Order: sequence, then C-alpha cells, then structure tokens
Amino acid sequence: MKPAPFAYHRPSTVAEAAQLLAATQGKILAGGQSLIPIMSMRLASPAALVDLNHVPGLAAIDVTSTAVHIGALTRHAALEANDAAYLANPLLRRALRHVAHATIRNRGTTVGSIVHADPAAEMPAVLRLLGGIVEAVSSERGHRSIDSADFFVGPLESALQPDEVAVAATFPHPPGGSGSSWAEISRRHGDYGLVGVGSLVVLDEGRRITSASVCLISVGGTPVLVDVTDASSGTTYDAVDWTAALELVDAAIDPESDIHATAAYRRQLARVLTGRALAQATADAIARVAA
Amino acid sequence: MTTASDPASAEALHDVTLTVNGVFQQLRVPARRLLSDALRHDLRLTGTHVGCEHGVCGACTVLIEGRPTRSCLVFAVSADGASITTVEGCLEPDGTLGDVQQAFQDCHALQCGFCTPGFITTITAYLEDHPNPTEDEAREAIGGNLCRCTGYQNIVAAVVRAAEIRRERTAT
Ligand SMILES: Cc1cc2nc3c(=O)[nH]c(=O)nc-3n(C[C@H](O)[C@H](O)[C@H](O)COP(=O)(O)OP(=O)(O)OC[C@H]3O[C@@H](n4cnc5c(N)ncnc54)[C@H](O)[C@@H]3O)c2cc1C
Ligand code: FES
Ligand code: FES
Repeated sequence: MKPAPFAYHRPSTVAEAAQLLAATQGKILAGGQSLIPIMSMRLASPAALVDLNHVPGLAAIDVTSTAVHIGALTRHAALEANDAAYLANPLLRRALRHVAHATIRNRGTTVGSIVHADPAAEMPAVLRLLGGIVEAVSSERGHRSIDSADFFVGPLESALQPDEVAVAATFPHPPGGSGSSWAEISRRHGDYGLVGVGSLVVLDEGRRITSASVCLISVGGTPVLVDVTDASSGTTYDAVDWTAALELVDAAIDPESDIHATAAYRRQLARVLTGRALAQATADAIARVAA
Repeated sequence: MTTASDPASAEALHDVTLTVNGVFQQLRVPARRLLSDALRHDLRLTGTHVGCEHGVCGACTVLIEGRPTRSCLVFAVSADGASITTVEGCLEPDGTLGDVQQAFQDCHALQCGFCTPGFITTITAYLEDHPNPTEDEAREAIGGNLCRCTGYQNIVAAVVRAAEIRRERTAT
C-alpha cells in the first residue's frame, strides 16, 4: 500500500509545469485525492509527478456576470463555501455537497475531478449540464478551450492530451428563470453515488417550461446528458407530467452491474431520481422567480 | 529541493520543512513518503493512525493549515512549508486533555481507540466554525470517519459535549 518511487517536480509557473509534463511524460499532482490512492494501490506508477500545489494564482474563484471561473487549484471546499458562486449558480454547491466527505473536499480540486473523468463523479456532470469549458495549456501547442461536450471521452478518459495541463474551468450561469437541483443515492454518506442526477429547468414568464435537461452519473462511461424539453415544453410548471422524460432517460442510459448495485436497480434509481430532480429544479425555478 | 539520494536504493531524497503542533521540523524524505508515514516514522508522532491508506476510514486525519485532511492522501514533500496539527497537538497548552479529548472521556466515545485520533482532529476543526452543533449536525460532521467499535452514538454525544466544554473554558 505504498506508491512506487517517482521523480518529483515542483514548478512555480504554469509554463514550467507544462514543460515538465511534456519532458518527463509524467502526471500532474493536484489534490491527490484520486491519484494517491491509485498509486498506493499500485494501479498506477507514474515515473514522474509535476506538483501544481506550489504554483501561485491557480486557486482563484471569479464570479463574473456570465460564469463562475475556477483555477486548477480551487479546492472543492472553497467553491462549495463561495457565496457569490452559490448566488449566481446554486447547482455548484448543491452538487459539491455530494462529492466525497468534507475532509476530502478540503484537498481535492474541482478541475482535478473533471480531468479525472470518473463516470461516478458529480462535477463532470455539472460541467456538462451547464455547457462549461476546460482551459488547457501545452508547452508545444499553447492554449486551447475544450467544450464539455467534447471533453468526456470514456470512463476515466478525457480529451486532455498527456502533455496538457488543465489550468481552469468555466461554469456558465444558468439562464434567468431557471431552477436547478442535484438528486443522488449512495450506499453511505460520502460514497460515490449509485446514481446521481443534475437537473436544469427553465420557465418563461407564464411559468411554462421552455427547456429542461438532466445529466446523470454512474449510468454510462461518461456523464449522460438528456434534453427532455420536448417531453415537457409548453406545459405550465404545475401541470407538467414527466413520464415521457423518464422514458427518454431510460433509453439514453446504459448502466452496469457491480458489487454496489445491479444494472436493473440503477435503471430504477435513474427513473426515480430523474423525476425527483426535475420536480426539485422546477420548484427551485418558481422559488427563484418569486424571490 | 532534491538534496541527496538514498545510498541503498538511489532514490532521490527531498528536504521538507513542516511546522507540526507549533514545532519547526526538518525532514529528508523520498517523494513517495506519505505525510502519514512522515509523521509516524520520521517524526515519531504515532498518534496519527493509519487504517485503510486510501482515504476511506479517516483514522489518519490531521489538520493542514487548520483544515482536516487525510494525511495518507498527501505526499510529505507536497506539504512542504505547511503548518500541521496532529492529535498530539489537540491538548490544552498546559498539557491536560483538550476539550474534544475531555468530551471523549466524559461520553465514553472510544473503545479500542484506533479511530479516535481522526475523530479528535476532525471535531477540533469543526467546532471552530460550528460552536453549537445540534445532534444532527454532529452526526454529519463525523460522516467521513469510520469506527468499528462504538456504534457512533457516544461519539455524536461527545461532539455536542465538546462544544459545551469549549464554551465553558472560553467563558472562564
Ligand atoms: C474516499 C474518497 C471518496 C471520494 N468520493 C467522491 C465522490 O463521491 N465524488 C467525486 O466526484 N469524487 C470523489 N472522490 C474523488 C475526489 O473528488 C478527488 O479529489 C477528485 O476526483 C480528483 O481531484 P484531485 O484534485 O484530488 O486530483 P488528483 O488526484 O491530484 O488527480 C487526478 C487525476 O487527474 C489528473 N489531473 C488533476 N488535475 C490536473 C490538471 N489540472 N491538469 C492535468 N491533469 C490533472 C492527475 O494527473 C490524475 O491523473 C473521492 C475520493 C476519496 C479518496
Ligand atoms: S488511513 Fe487515511 S483515510 Fe484511512
Ligand atoms: S473505538 Fe475502535 S474503531 Fe473506533
């Protein structure tokens, strides 16, 4: 249960980090909350680690009029605690509360969790649901922005290239008149969810649903985004029937069985939690309009 | 930073400075040395316990800059320059039991004691931000720590009791 030896590098700028990453063909060390257990179990033995923790300026949280921007060293706990981010986009805090335990969130980074691309992780799904962006830097090719629609490639696989450092992520604010929610069931407090569902519902002035979408975790190799607008739109919030939306979700997912849950149970959870998440997001939209 | 190599293995060694429980410490460790092992083996502070070594049990929890963190999920070299509090640092300045430790004794909140250091550090930090937790909040606060003996009831009671003791001690 001890990691294998590796060469340790401690850059003090992003440019230096990108250079070291390319030169050593190593791995970035961010919060280490996924990487270190994997190394301790010897599931991975990278020859070199490039430690981002001593690069200044990467932990910022900027809430602008259009989005919440975070850096590669923004810890889950810092984003969760940020009131400006919560006011602009309550879904961030709602989902972060389901990411591991508070103690893990003190060290783990939100960008690290997005890059790690665990299909059971919450924040990749939130990024996808909101149409967010990951900013990456390589020493050879410079800077590029990767849309969340292109970022999640497979289980634990993102579009980030081995020589790229993810320096930031952007979560666009949900539109006016919208409500959001996160619904999840896990075996124990702080465990990865058996299934989790993020939901975004947008109402017009007549309180009709103009758009509704959900993004599910633990039911496929990547976060599964399902636009359920057509299954609901035009209906006012109190008359909506989500049955058709549940069918759309059921058709979109491909859950697997493991020691925690059977595929059939995950399917059942996906239906129940989708219904719950959509109802909660709708109620949230009403509450926000009223406030 | 790399200053030497281990003559037996040729593994590079790094100089690391830490402030542990207020005491300045210098270590020379390989990069793969977990903070939990640096505390226990290099600094001989064996109060920090190691249960699962992959972040699940919470026994190894220490405070880094005041915030509860799994010491088994941090490389010592990466914590260079940090200020760390272990269970040994959760005493009163005069060496008597700290408020959380006293509450654990009062409430019989430990049996074998293996999990206790992680609870003490976690609760010590929690009470800084939540001086008057309800029983539900107390339960939530310890959600990341496993105990195989007590059944948690007495630990929850100890969180509430520790808050009481802290208020009493700061009042006098
Ligand atoms: C007990 C436990 C329970 C957990 N439960 C949950 C949970 O319920 N939900 C959840 O979402 N997560 C959970 N996690 C994981 C946690 O959220 C991690 O913090 C997160 O997944 C990874 O972030 P990190 O900063 O720790 O990344 P690291 O562990 O440092 O890195 C993870 C991977 O991403 C790469 N990487 C990280 N940052 C960058 C970057 N900026 N650029 C390029 N590559 C990078 C690393 O090279 C590595 O391959 C849990 C962890 C533990 C130990
Ligand atoms: S030993 Fe660190 S969490 Fe179990
Ligand atoms: S007292 Fe034995 S594990 Fe908690």
